[in-house]
Amino acid sequence: MEEVAERRGARPLAFLGDSQRRARILTFAAFALILLVLIVFEGLHDVLQTSINGLSLGAIYALGAVGLTLVYGILKLVNFAQGDMLAFGGYIAYLANVTWGLPFAVAAILAMVFVALIGVVYERGLLGPMRERGAGILQLLLISIGVAFILRAIITFIWSTNFKQLDVNRTGTKEILGLSIGDTQLMVIVVGVSVLVAVGLLLRYTLLGKRMRALSDNLDLAETSGINTRQVILITWIFAGALAGLAGVMAGAITDLKPEYGFALLLPIFAAVVLGGIGDAFGALFGGLLLGVVIELSTLVIDPKWKVTIGFAVLILVLIIRPQGLLGKARTV
Amino acid sequence: MSENGDKPADILTTKDVVAGYIPEVDILNGASMRAAQGEVVTIVGPNGAGKSTLIKTIFGLLTPRSGSIVYRGDEISGLRPHDITRRGLSYVPQLDNVFPTLTVEENLELGALAKGKPTERIERMYELFPRLGERRKQDAGTMSGGERQMVAMARALMPDPDVLLLDEPSAGLAPAFVDAIFEKVKEVNEAGVTIVMVEQNAVRALAMSNRGYVLDLGKDRYEGRGQDLINDPKVAELYLGGGGGRTEAQAEQAES
Repeated sequence: MEEVAERRGARPLAFLGDSQRRARILTFAAFALILLVLIVFEGLHDVLQTSINGLSLGAIYALGAVGLTLVYGILKLVNFAQGDMLAFGGYIAYLANVTWGLPFAVAAILAMVFVALIGVVYERGLLGPMRERGAGILQLLLISIGVAFILRAIITFIWSTNFKQLDVNRTGTKEILGLSIGDTQLMVIVVGVSVLVAVGLLLRYTLLGKRMRALSDNLDLAETSGINTRQVILITWIFAGALAGLAGVMAGAITDLKPEYGFALLLPIFAAVVLGGIGDAFGALFGGLLLGVVIELSTLVIDPKWKVTIGFAVLILVLIIRPQGLLGKARTV
Repeated sequence: MSENGDKPADILTTKDVVAGYIPEVDILNGASMRAAQGEVVTIVGPNGAGKSTLIKTIFGLLTPRSGSIVYRGDEISGLRPHDITRRGLSYVPQLDNVFPTLTVEENLELGALAKGKPTERIERMYELFPRLGERRKQDAGTMSGGERQMVAMARALMPDPDVLLLDEPSAGLAPAFVDAIFEKVKEVNEAGVTIVMVEQNAVRALAMSNRGYVLDLGKDRYEGRGQDLINDPKVAELYLGGGGGRTEAQAEQAES
């Protein structure tokens, strides 16, 4: 995170760099101040304990957010089906993990593969042909909403509306510095953050990542520069799908599965994308973790039933001050 | 080049190309042109004549409704732009011709078609455009118009193309950069690359061209050696004098 922030701060256009650095410093200062106040009134232990809960939630938001932001960056499509793709991943993991009795890790990989496949069919069967016929942003948006409903209907048809649980150990905990971290929570944080850092590095340093960024800068120019843009778009969907599948499995590991759980996650995922600056993978990671922690911390002082509201209040506040998101530039990756 | 009478083989030809952006509305109405190996060919004409559209159609951004586009004996109309690039043509659009959030070096790297980092070729481009070498880590979006044009040209030259298509390379540039860009175009041509360019700066561009075409209302009206077109009183009066600003009457005159 810091390294990326440094790179951005060092951009030659001084005014942009300045405003970004200022936004970053102000955000961290405000966040640190709130943390300090909370620590004084609620005690260090409670604040840290709650932050850990927030991080695991945030890692799930971030996983969903990166897929959403990659697709948006390249196709300018807000994919409303992302939430239900995520839920589909959770249910595929349930099928493999509980119905077939496969190990959790195998189930998670199967879920990622399957949702990536949904992404491929979605692009090649629907979105690609529609774009070629000249469908606009609005038509594609409506298609994505339709796909969301279809996926949810399939889930309900196959697995009913009853709650389902993945076969994971939810009671085991580790004691670190007097804090208790659930084994599952720890897994979610570690898996989520490491996968996302890997994706972020891939985007920044590999040829594929550079091609993806080139497409989100200018699709036609990428094509005339000799990049097979259709192929890169397809790969982007594979990434978005696999990450959504993983997010669904991780969410399924810390909560129960029900058909609407993906759609319920979609709004905070949107919020994470917007917080981090639309189209920016590291921004989505940052936005997701921040949102998760802020939402959980708010439960220390405010009735937990308001926690989703608090998350969105923060989002609105940020957008009023910085419409391009916390890490966003006028034009982002 | 073609002055000694030997006629080098045509590398790129378009014949009676009809194309447009909106169904039923044709911008090109049977445009024909050819470029021989090693030539500089300039297409001039008033605003809205279809000059950029012709280049975009050659490059596969538009599909011709009729007519043919032949490169090295193969029909290339209907191919996707990245396939056309891979056959040895490169294209520098007039606007938005760099990837703004990518560094200069990343822009060049993307221009290369092969996998793996094309370090040698990038260094070669820095020799051709020393200014880019000094700014290799800078985001292309933060550079001046002239520098961007250099990035765009260098990117297009990365795959070592046989034909370079330039859409108004000097548009909107400061006079010092206009000279530099034309100088580079000449240098690239001398290295053996066939150049097809569209230019508003018509006299300047024709003066350095082997041949030129005057395009009007989507059709080629005049063809000739660059200097001959400049000296042709009819061409000069209709197309070169006003620098693009034309009255309706003149347009009708050109039609008849």
